[in-house]
Amino acid sequence: MQSVDLGWWGVLIAVLGGAIRVSTPYLFVSLGETITETCGRVNLGLEGILVLGAMSGYATAWATGSPWLGVLVAGMAGAGLGLIHGGLCNLPRVNDIAMGIALFLFGTGLAFYLGKPYTIAVAPRLPHLALGAWSRAPQVRSALEINGLFLVGVVLAPALAWALRQTRVGLILRTVGDNADAARTFGFPIERTRVVGTMVGGFLAGVGGSFLSLYYPGTWNEGLSSGQGLMAVTLVIFARWKPVACCYTALLFGAATALGPALQSIGITTNYYLYGAAPYGLTLALLIWSSRPQHTLAGAPQELTISK
Amino acid sequence: MTPPTVQIDGMTKRFGTLTALHEVSLTLTPGTFHAILGENGAGKSTLVKCLMGYHRPDGGRILVNGQVQAIGNPRAAHALGFGMVYQHFTLVPSMTVAENLVLGQADAPPVLRWEVLRTRLEAFLKTMPFRLDLARTAASLAAGEKQKLELLKQLFLGSRVLILDEPTSVLTPEEADQILRLLRQMSTERRLTVVLITHKLREVLPFADEVTVLRAGERVGGGPLTALNQEELVRLMIGSMTLPRADARVPRPAGAPALEICDLAVRNDRDAEAVRGASLQVGAGEVVGVAGVSGNGQRELVEVLAGQRVPDRGAVRIRGERYHGRRPEKLRHGVSVLTEEPLQGAAVRAMSVAENLGLRNFDLPECTAARWFVSRRALWTQAQELMRRYRIRAQSPGTRLDTLSGGNVQRTMLARELSGPVHVLVAQNPCAGLDLAATADIRAQLLATRNQGAAVLLLSEDLDEILELSDRIVVMFVGRIVYETTRDRAELQAIGRAMAGHP
Repeated sequence: MQSVDLGWWGVLIAVLGGAIRVSTPYLFVSLGETITETCGRVNLGLEGILVLGAMSGYATAWATGSPWLGVLVAGMAGAGLGLIHGGLCNLPRVNDIAMGIALFLFGTGLAFYLGKPYTIAVAPRLPHLALGAWSRAPQVRSALEINGLFLVGVVLAPALAWALRQTRVGLILRTVGDNADAARTFGFPIERTRVVGTMVGGFLAGVGGSFLSLYYPGTWNEGLSSGQGLMAVTLVIFARWKPVACCYTALLFGAATALGPALQSIGITTNYYLYGAAPYGLTLALLIWSSRPQHTLAGAPQELTISK
Repeated sequence: MTPPTVQIDGMTKRFGTLTALHEVSLTLTPGTFHAILGENGAGKSTLVKCLMGYHRPDGGRILVNGQVQAIGNPRAAHALGFGMVYQHFTLVPSMTVAENLVLGQADAPPVLRWEVLRTRLEAFLKTMPFRLDLARTAASLAAGEKQKLELLKQLFLGSRVLILDEPTSVLTPEEADQILRLLRQMSTERRLTVVLITHKLREVLPFADEVTVLRAGERVGGGPLTALNQEELVRLMIGSMTLPRADARVPRPAGAPALEICDLAVRNDRDAEAVRGASLQVGAGEVVGVAGVSGNGQRELVEVLAGQRVPDRGAVRIRGERYHGRRPEKLRHGVSVLTEEPLQGAAVRAMSVAENLGLRNFDLPECTAARWFVSRRALWTQAQELMRRYRIRAQSPGTRLDTLSGGNVQRTMLARELSGPVHVLVAQNPCAGLDLAATADIRAQLLATRNQGAAVLLLSEDLDEILELSDRIVVMFVGRIVYETTRDRAELQAIGRAMAGHP
C-alpha cells in the first residue's frame, strides 16, 4: 500500500493515534492510584508494579500462548505487590512515601532479575480492533487500530466513578480516605479497606504494565517503562481524584509522548529528543501549577500523607 | 420504642500509668436528660468512649436492660441503640449531606438507590425542627449546620441513647438553646435518653433531670438536679482548690491605635475567601474581644498577624507602620501572638522547654556566646527564670515540650511571648481545653498585659471569656466585622444574633 501525503494532518492523526496507544498504561495506573488514594494511601511503588507487570505478563503470554492470561497474571503480580505495600504501611510509624520508593526499587529489581531470559523470547501480542479499515491512508488505519485494553479502561473509568458514588463499598472507601475518625465511629475496618484499595490499585497498575510488553512497544526489555508509573501519580493529582478525568489526562499525557514520533513521521527529526521530553515537561508544569503555596489541593482525600 | 435502661458499673480505665477513670458508676433511666459535669481532664470523654466501644475498659461492666453487654467496638454500641455526637466532627467533608446521613446505616444495600433514599430522607427531615439541603457537601456547611447534621445523623440512625460530647462549643447561644430544647423535648416524650457532657453549668441547669459530677477520674457527686444548686455543683467540680484572682481592671481610656487592620482579605487552605475585608483598630491599653463561631475567618486573621499567611489585599499597621509579620518587625514593635493549638502552629513539639522558650531570642546577644554560637547555658538560665515566674510545671528546662500538660504548654507560650516588651498581643482561644485554674491564671496574665498598656486583640469562641476580658467587643461573621459594642453596653442577646448573622 502506498503512503498518502497528508501533511500536517498526518501529524495530528499520528498524535491522536499515538495518544490512544500510549495513554493506555497511564490510564490503568492512574485509575489504580485513584482507588488507592481515595482510601487514604499513596503508592509511589507503581513504577515497580508496572515493570513487574510487564515482565510477568510477557513471560506468561510466551509460556501459555495466551496474551489475555498474561494480562491476568500481570494484574495478580501487581495485586501481590499492593498487598505488601498495604500490609507494611499498616504497621505503626511506617511512612507510605518511603515504603513506596522501596517498593519501586524492589519491583523493578525483581522484574529485571526474573525477566533476563525473556528479552529474546517472542510472545503473542494483544488483539486490536481495526476501526480505520474504511480508509485508504495507512496513517489513518494505523492511528485507528484501537487496542482492547484501552476500551476496557474507557469503560472502567465511568464504572469506577459510579461505584464510588453509588455503592456501599464506594462510600466506605471514601470515608476511610477522607475522615478516618468518622470511619472509626461507624466501625468501618480502616486497615483492611486500605489493604484492599492498595491491592486493587496494584492490580490495575500491573495490567497497565502488561500492555507495555504485550501491545506497545510489545517486547520485554529493561528500558520498557520510562517513568510512566511515577507520572501517573501526577496525573491523578491533575485529574483531582476523579476517574473520568483520569481518562482525559491520560490521553493528554499520551499525546505529549506521541508528539516526537509523530513529527518524525513527516520528516521533522531535528530536536527529536527534545520532543521526547514533552511528557516530563508536562509533568513538571502540572506539578508547579497544582502546588501553589497558598492552598492545599482541592479534592484531595484528607487522610493522605500529602494532605496533612 | 422506648430507650433501654443503661447501667455503668465500676468502670475503670487506665492509659499507661495514668488512671483516667476510677470505678465510676451511673444509671441512665429511660427518657431522662442526664448531664455529666466536670472539668477538662476529669474523665468525661473517657467514660462515654468506653460506653461507645471506642476504648476497652480495664474494669467494670455495662448492663443494658439488666443484661451484661460486652461492647467491643462502635458497631456493637450502635446495635444497642447508642449514638454519639463527638467533640470533633465526624462528617466526611467531600460528601453531601445525604451521603453523610446514609453512611452509617448498618443495613445499607451494596448498591445505593438514591431516588428511594432521597425520598426517605426528605420524609425524615419533615419530622425535624430544622432543615438542611441534602445536596450540599459537608465541607460547605457552617459549624452550626455541621453540628445539626451530626445530630440528624444520629436520629436518622435510630439512636435511642444519644451521647453529646460538648456539643455547643461551636454554636451560637441561640443555636445551642434550640438544639438543647429539642433534645429536652424528645427525652420528655421518652423517645430518647440524652447524655450531655459539658463543663458549662448554663447548659445543665435549665435542661437536665439528673447530673453526675466527675473530678480527676472519680465520681464525686450527683443525683437529681432538684437536690443540687449551682454553688454545690461548682464546689463538686473544682474541689477545694482556690482560683488565682485577676488584678483589677485599671480604668483607662484607650490610647492611640497600636494595631490597625484595614480592609484585610485572606484566603484559606482551600483557596476560598476566609477574611473578606475586615477592618479593626485596637488602642494601647485596650482589650478588643472578637466573638464569633469558629470558622468565620478568625484563624486566617491570626495567621496573617503571626506572619504565617500572606493576605490577598489590605494592610496591617502597628503603631502607624506597615507590618508584614516578619521577625524584625515583631521584635521592633513588641508584637506577640498566641495562636490556637500551640503545639501545631507556634512551638516545636520535639524541642525542650528551654529551646522553645528561646525561639524568640536565641540569636540575640543575651543568648549567644562569641556572637555566632547559641549558649545552651544562657537558654537554660533563661528557662529556669521564666518557669519560676510563669509557674510552668516541668521536670527541668530540658524536658520535651510535648510531654507537658496543655496548661503548662500554654504557660510556656505565654512566657515566651510576654517576657519581652509587649506593645501588641494577639491571642486566639488562649484557654481552650485548659482546666479552671490554668484558665484563671492565663486570663489574669492577659489582663495584666493590658493594664501595662499593651493593645490586646482577643479572639475567642468562649463568649464568657470575651465578656470578662474585653473593653470593646466586636463580632466576626463570614470574614467581616459585623457588630461592635463597648463593655458597658454589651448585651449577650445582640452579640448572639450577630454571631448567627442576624444583626
